[in-house]
Amino acid sequence: MNLFDVIHVQHQFGTIPVLQDIEFQIKEGETFGIIGPNGSGKSTLIRTMSGLLKPSRGKILLNGKSISSYRKRELAKIIAVLEQEGIPPLSFTVEEVVAMGRYPWLKPLSDLSLEDEQIVQTVLEKLGLWNLRTKSVNNLSGGQRQMVSLARAMVQQPRVLILDEPTTFLDIGHQMLVMEHVREWHQSEGISVIMVLHDLNLASQYCNRLLLLDNGHIKSCGEVHDVLQPATISSIYKTEIIMINHPIHQVPQFLLTSK
Amino acid sequence: MEKIIRTKRIIWIGALLALLLMSLVLSVMIGSVHLPFTLTLKILLNHLPLFDLTPTWTLAQDAIVWNLRLPRVFLALVIGAMLSSTGVAFQGILRNPLADPYILGVSVGAAFGAATSILFFRNSSLLGYLTTPLFSFLGALLSLWFVMALAKHHGQRDRETLILAGVVVQSLIGAFLSFLIAISGQQMQEIVFWMMGSLANRSWQDVGMLIPYLASGFFYLSLQKRDLNLISLGESAATHLGMNVEKKKIWVLVVGSLLTGAAVSVVGIIGFVGLIVPHLMRLLVGPDHRILLPISTLAGAIFLLWADTLARSIIPSREIPIGVITAFIGAPFFAYLLKKGLRRGHV
Repeated sequence: MNLFDVIHVQHQFGTIPVLQDIEFQIKEGETFGIIGPNGSGKSTLIRTMSGLLKPSRGKILLNGKSISSYRKRELAKIIAVLEQEGIPPLSFTVEEVVAMGRYPWLKPLSDLSLEDEQIVQTVLEKLGLWNLRTKSVNNLSGGQRQMVSLARAMVQQPRVLILDEPTTFLDIGHQMLVMEHVREWHQSEGISVIMVLHDLNLASQYCNRLLLLDNGHIKSCGEVHDVLQPATISSIYKTEIIMINHPIHQVPQFLLTSK
Repeated sequence: MEKIIRTKRIIWIGALLALLLMSLVLSVMIGSVHLPFTLTLKILLNHLPLFDLTPTWTLAQDAIVWNLRLPRVFLALVIGAMLSSTGVAFQGILRNPLADPYILGVSVGAAFGAATSILFFRNSSLLGYLTTPLFSFLGALLSLWFVMALAKHHGQRDRETLILAGVVVQSLIGAFLSFLIAISGQQMQEIVFWMMGSLANRSWQDVGMLIPYLASGFFYLSLQKRDLNLISLGESAATHLGMNVEKKKIWVLVVGSLLTGAAVSVVGIIGFVGLIVPHLMRLLVGPDHRILLPISTLAGAIFLLWADTLARSIIPSREIPIGVITAFIGAPFFAYLLKKGLRRGHV
C-alpha cells in the first residue's frame, strides 16, 4: 500500500485554478521533493496533503484512507509539519514550545508524563538546544527558531514529516544543519519525508524522488536525474543555467549564469 | 517542567487569594460610616458557620457589613473575575493582545440586548429573572459575530482590523442603544445606568444569579488552557498538532460572550478590565495559560473590587460610575499598548 495516493486533485481559489489534474503516489520511507517556480502550486499541494486544505476536486489517500476522514489528533500522530515561517516570536521558552509537540499524544486534560518529558529532553539534547531550553523563543535567531520547530516536530513522533520550504530564511550553515538532522532522522527512524524546496541543489542532494510542478500541472515526476533535466529546468524557470555533476555526491547541481 | 509549573501556580494562587481576602476586609471597612478593622473582621467571622461570637457591635453595623457592603464587594469580585477571564480567553484564542470584551464591542452589544429586554419584555414571565441575562448574551453574541465577520479578509484577521471592526460595531450598536434610551421615557434612568456601569444597589440575589455563570464559564475555559497555549503557535501550526481550531474558537468566543453578557446584564458596561489585568499578569507570570488564566481571574476580581471601592468612596456621599474609573485607567493603558505595538510591529 502507498503512503500517499494523490488522485486527480484539482484546486481553485475563486475562479483561478492553482492545481490541475495532479496525480502521483508516495511510498513509505521515501524522501520526496516538490519543486517548481513561485506560483506553481507547491504550497497549495502541500497544504492539501497535510490536511489543512480540502481540494476542490479529487482525493488524497493516506495509508489508503481519505485524509479528510482522519480525526485531527489522529492525523497529528502520523504527520508533523514544519512551516516556512517557523515559530512566531513568543515569550514561551524553548522547552515549553518543544513540549507542545506532545499534544496529540496527551490524554485530554492530562499533563505531560515523565515519559513525555524524557522524550522532550532527548530531542533537545540531540538538536543542541539543551542550553537554550529556558530562553524565550523571541530571543532566538531565525535559524535557532527553525531548529526549535524541528525539535517540536521530532517530539511529535510522526511517521511522516512534511516540510514547506524549511530553509528559505536560513543562512547556508543553518540550511545544512536542518537538512542533515532531517536526513539523520529519516535514516534512523525510517520516517517518510515530503518537502517543498526552492533550492534545486538541496532538492537534488536530499531527495530520492522529485515532483516538478509548473503552473498547477505536473511537469515531471520521478528519479532525481530524470526530473532535473537542464533544458526543462531552464525553460520552466525562464533562466539560463548550467548543470554540473556534484564532485562528491554524483548528483546534478545547477549554476546560475548572469547575462 | 510540569512540576515547576504546578508549584509556581500554587504559590501565585495562594498569594493572590491572601491579597483578595485582605482587600475584602479593607473594602468593607471603607465607606461613609468607617468601621474599625477588628470590628469588621468580627462581624464577618460571626456570619461564618463555625464562629459564634458575642456581639460587641450594633445591629446597624451588622447590617452595613452584611447587607450593604458585602454583597457589593462580592459582586465586584465576581464581575472582575468574569471580565478578566473573558479577556484572557479572547486574547488567547484570537492571538490578539488587544482583544477585550469592551474594545471588541461585545459589552455594548450585551447592553443593547439588556436594554431591549427591559423595554419590550419587562413583564415576560416565561423566563422570569433570566430574561435580561439571556437577551444580554444574545446581544453580545450578535455583536461579536458582526465584528468577526467584518474583520475577516481573505480568511484572515489582522490585529488592527479587528480593533477597527470593534469600533465600527460599537458606534452602530451604541447608536441603537441611544435611540432606545431616547424613546424609552420612564425607563430611561435604568438604561442610562447600563451605559455607565455601576455596582450600586445590588443584593445577594444578584451575586447568587451570577455565580453559576462564572463557575461554568471559568470551568470551561480552564479546560482549554493547553489549547490556548497551543494556538499561540499560529492557527495552522495548532491544526497540525491535532487541535480543532475553528471549533474551539467558536466555543471559547461563545463562552466569553456568555460571561460578558451575564456581567453586563447586572452591572452594565465596565470597560478595559479584560485588557489591563491579563496584560499585567502576563508580565508577571509569563504567557502560559495554565497559570495566566487562574491568576488573571483572581487579579481581575481584586482589581474591580478596588475600582469599585474607589468609585463609592472617592467623593463623600457621592457615587462615580465604576466604568468611569476603569476607563480612566484603561484608556491610557490601551493607548500605551497600541503605541508599543505599532513601534515593534506587533503587540
